[in-house]
Amino acid sequence: MGRFAKILQSSIGAKVAMAVTGILLVLFIIGHLLGNLLMFAGPEATNAYAKGLKDLGALLWVARVGLLVVFLVHISSALRLWRMNKAARPQAYAVSESTMVTYAGRSIVMTGALVLAFAAYHLLHFTLFATNPEFAQLQDAQGRHDVYRMVILGFRNTAVSGVYLVSMILLGLHLSHGVTSLFQSLGINNPTYNPIFKRLGPWSGVLLALGFMSIPLAVLAGVLK
Amino acid sequence: MDLTLRVWRQKDGQSTGRFESYQVSGIIPDMSFLEMLDVTNERLIMEGKDPIAFDHDCREGICGMCSLVINGRAHGGFDGTTTCQLHMRKFNDGDTITIEPWRASAFPVIRDLVVDRTSFDRIIQAGGFISANTGGAPDGNAVPIPKPDADAAMDAAACIGCGACAASCPNGSAMLFVAAKVSHLAHLPQGMPERGQRVLDMVARMDEEGFGNCTNHAECEAMCPKDISISHIAKMNREFIRATVRGD
Ligand code: HEM
Ligand code: SF4
Ligand code: FES
Repeated sequence: MGRFAKILQSSIGAKVAMAVTGILLVLFIIGHLLGNLLMFAGPEATNAYAKGLKDLGALLWVARVGLLVVFLVHISSALRLWRMNKAARPQAYAVSESTMVTYAGRSIVMTGALVLAFAAYHLLHFTLFATNPEFAQLQDAQGRHDVYRMVILGFRNTAVSGVYLVSMILLGLHLSHGVTSLFQSLGINNPTYNPIFKRLGPWSGVLLALGFMSIPLAVLAGVLK
Repeated sequence: MDLTLRVWRQKDGQSTGRFESYQVSGIIPDMSFLEMLDVTNERLIMEGKDPIAFDHDCREGICGMCSLVINGRAHGGFDGTTTCQLHMRKFNDGDTITIEPWRASAFPVIRDLVVDRTSFDRIIQAGGFISANTGGAPDGNAVPIPKPDADAAMDAAACIGCGACAASCPNGSAMLFVAAKVSHLAHLPQGMPERGQRVLDMVARMDEEGFGNCTNHAECEAMCPKDISISHIAKMNREFIRATVRGD
């Protein structure tokens, strides 16, 4: 086995891989959110941004493949660690009184898996138009794909908005444990800054979730139309 | 005090165990938890029954032999207290107390409440040592050690290897124990020659033994009778990354 593969297989190596890919995923979703918030700047800004992304061409594919690899490393490490953890405690305690375990921490694998399911649905919905083939035909006055209209029409469906809203709460829960956790995984632990790391998880979870949720909520409330 | 004990009884590693209930009366609040079990066992022996097997040795919180998950918490979960140091006055008359062994695949049950903790010994054998030359004893102060490093090493060295960290971790992770040993020696000049190899070998052994992984709940830190801080786990992670990057 190669040296690198061996390190990734080890428990701490896998934890470090989780943390590094976690940071990259968080950076991706921050960028994604900033792009999405252009919805509030109107159809022109949104559609021009979407076209700008499409026009990246080969570069867009490099970014997509890179993101996929990051995702796969994050998920495969998570599954490996999770399996090892299940195997480490074959018999549960009859009475178990945890004092430190939080809901977000305990459910991190479940929220991660649900976020993955959401990501698949999200791609089928707004990227591949598999759920709504009519989205592919939407064009604005300049002949660009009318992403703005697509999002408005998509979120007017309350069931669809509901899926997005719930998924973003799950993402927020995932990050509220994950972002705090990644510092410790990378060995960054310092009494001066630990209180900041501790808050960074919950705050990033709440802010990112609210940021994404603002769009379906604004559509449902009729603020965006 | 009169108590009801729900104790895990298991004949050996092959048998399936079960809980048995025992009524014990006349427990003095100043007794330790282990003395309470001694009293229970004396009565069981008088009645011609099998006494409850449990681990213990020093009975003063220094050897790391006692264990027991008491009402869902390792060593009972009292601050800085091993089971042998736990007084019965922490419980109330009429309480029902559930007593279970450490549960981890790397700590198989030998009998009743006794588990096999030699997995910890094998982790120590993998790297928890320093090389020392034979010959005359060196002068105690010949190697200067900065006070903060000496303090950090002493904090880590307080680990008694009891296994409560792995027992209380929802993932059955022994990282607090391994980190205490790695961090102890990584803070001292005597630990330098094996520094990189030590952390790689001890972590590899820990994985082989079937312990889980830290997901940073910090339950171990709360249950550790020696209050070992999870900052040592961060230190171990740094040591692991350093050794990996250097190619040790
Ligand atoms: C898609 C399926 C996903 C699964 C199954 C998953 C699973 C996990 C698991 C098991 C952890 C370990 C946490 C711990 O150490 O306690 C984790 C950590 C983390 N996840 Fe995810 N995750 C997924 C998606 C995501 C996404 C989309 C993001 C980013 C937006 C993300 C960001 C993070 C971060 C930052 C951490 C912290 C790493 C650390 O503990 O050091 N995850 N994830
Ligand atoms: S770190 Fe604490 S709980 Fe773990 S073995 Fe050492 S003394 Fe026991
Ligand atoms: S019996 Fe030695 S620490 Fe409890």
